[in-house]
Amino acid sequence: MDIVNDALTWFNDPLNWTGKNGVVELTEAHLRVTLYAVLLAAVVALPAGVWLGHARRGGTLGVVVANTTRALPTLALLTLFASAGLFGNTATVLACAIFAVPPLLTNTVTGLGDVDRDVVDAARGLGMSSGRRLREVELPLAVPLVAAGVRTAVVQVLATVPLAALVGGQSLGTIVVTGFALQNYGQVLAGGILVAGLCLIAEGVLAVAQHLLTPRGLRESSTPSRGWRRQRGEPSAVAVGAPSGSNSSMPGA
Amino acid sequence: MLRADSPPNPWFSWQYVERNRDDIATYLGQHVSLTLEAVVIALVVALPLAALAHTRPRFAAPVLGTAGVLYTIPSLALFALLAPYTGIGRVTVLIGLVVYALLVLIRNILVGLQGVDPAVTDAARGMGYGRARMLVQVELPQALPSIVAGLRVATVTTVALVTVGVVVGYGGLGQLMFRGFRSNYHAEIMTATILCLVLALVADVAIVLLAKAVMPWSRSARMLAETSA
Repeated sequence: MDIVNDALTWFNDPLNWTGKNGVVELTEAHLRVTLYAVLLAAVVALPAGVWLGHARRGGTLGVVVANTTRALPTLALLTLFASAGLFGNTATVLACAIFAVPPLLTNTVTGLGDVDRDVVDAARGLGMSSGRRLREVELPLAVPLVAAGVRTAVVQVLATVPLAALVGGQSLGTIVVTGFALQNYGQVLAGGILVAGLCLIAEGVLAVAQHLLTPRGLRESSTPSRGWRRQRGEPSAVAVGAPSGSNSSMPGA
Repeated sequence: MLRADSPPNPWFSWQYVERNRDDIATYLGQHVSLTLEAVVIALVVALPLAALAHTRPRFAAPVLGTAGVLYTIPSLALFALLAPYTGIGRVTVLIGLVVYALLVLIRNILVGLQGVDPAVTDAARGMGYGRARMLVQVELPQALPSIVAGLRVATVTTVALVTVGVVVGYGGLGQLMFRGFRSNYHAEIMTATILCLVLALVADVAIVLLAKAVMPWSRSARMLAETSA
């Protein structure tokens, strides 16, 4: 286990933690780039998603956007932007923002679009205007899915940022890429542990945050509209279509 | 950048493609074989795991949980964790790709298996089907649309992910992108990018056609569209 020892030695060297390109500085850079990228994506995707979901349109658009970006390699965008003259972390922020748009957009559109039509109808019957319906009925009901989208986007960007080290961006990925260049596998392993740790911790923290953000009434099930309908005992058409776990609770089964 | 000072550096150049045909073919071949191998291995691993999670529900949480944690680890970090042991090259990339394809496949197979109409499984049970025979002859065929949807997502993602293999020197078309970046050769990056997108599209269409051939029954097309949405 030479490499593990090398990694431990690397972790034990205070010079690797402080100062220029130390773990502290690189973690800060990593988080800063992630924040900018997610904010940039949110500024574009959230209003667009709210508008499309409120109008109950754009379901297909979301799927198309998601599928296209899935096929586009991150490395392609990074190298394209970097060699197009965007230096350092600007290319990283832009590329990561583009990849953060689909989860935000699709989750917002689905979240608002999946709000039970009966509920919206009831709000309309109470005399609520379109804007008030959106603010007081649709948005609160969509919070769980939108929050899930934000969480996916953040974790995905945190995981993408390290790649930018290949094109000169600064992040925890720098440790890994430099390690590979120096053929110092202890450092590679240490960098891998740091990057993986950051993402796993972020995922855990955001899961808790998502739970806290979700209105209490919606916490029971992860798929709000379906669970909500089931509680009200809607007839079997829904229950048959429900894919998982609902078989045992079916009245006729 | 002043145009007068620098030689032309177009984003699209047919000349580049013609002059580097062999090189491009080599990396494209590497890309295709890595993708195919990774997806096939992932499917072979995912099927029994999903079947286990389905037939023994108490294993569902640990199986999905483990796959989820592995999926959360960034590709660069995973390659960094693997490379010291599996070395620089094909094996490391392959393991990484399989790990990432696993979660999507397991999840989709499981959803497909759990979505089988209880009336159908009841009928099969009534006809005397045992657990194993029911799984293979009734539930798996019924779950095919969901499995195919998962296979499509996994394949397209894998095509894109292969490029990250450049960190261990085995990234298929990613090698061309990276080389193009190093030497600031725009056409090389763009060509590799377009080939990646085309490859993903071709693979996706191929799976859809294959699925249509395997599932001639009527609902397949609609179900496919629904599950991928």
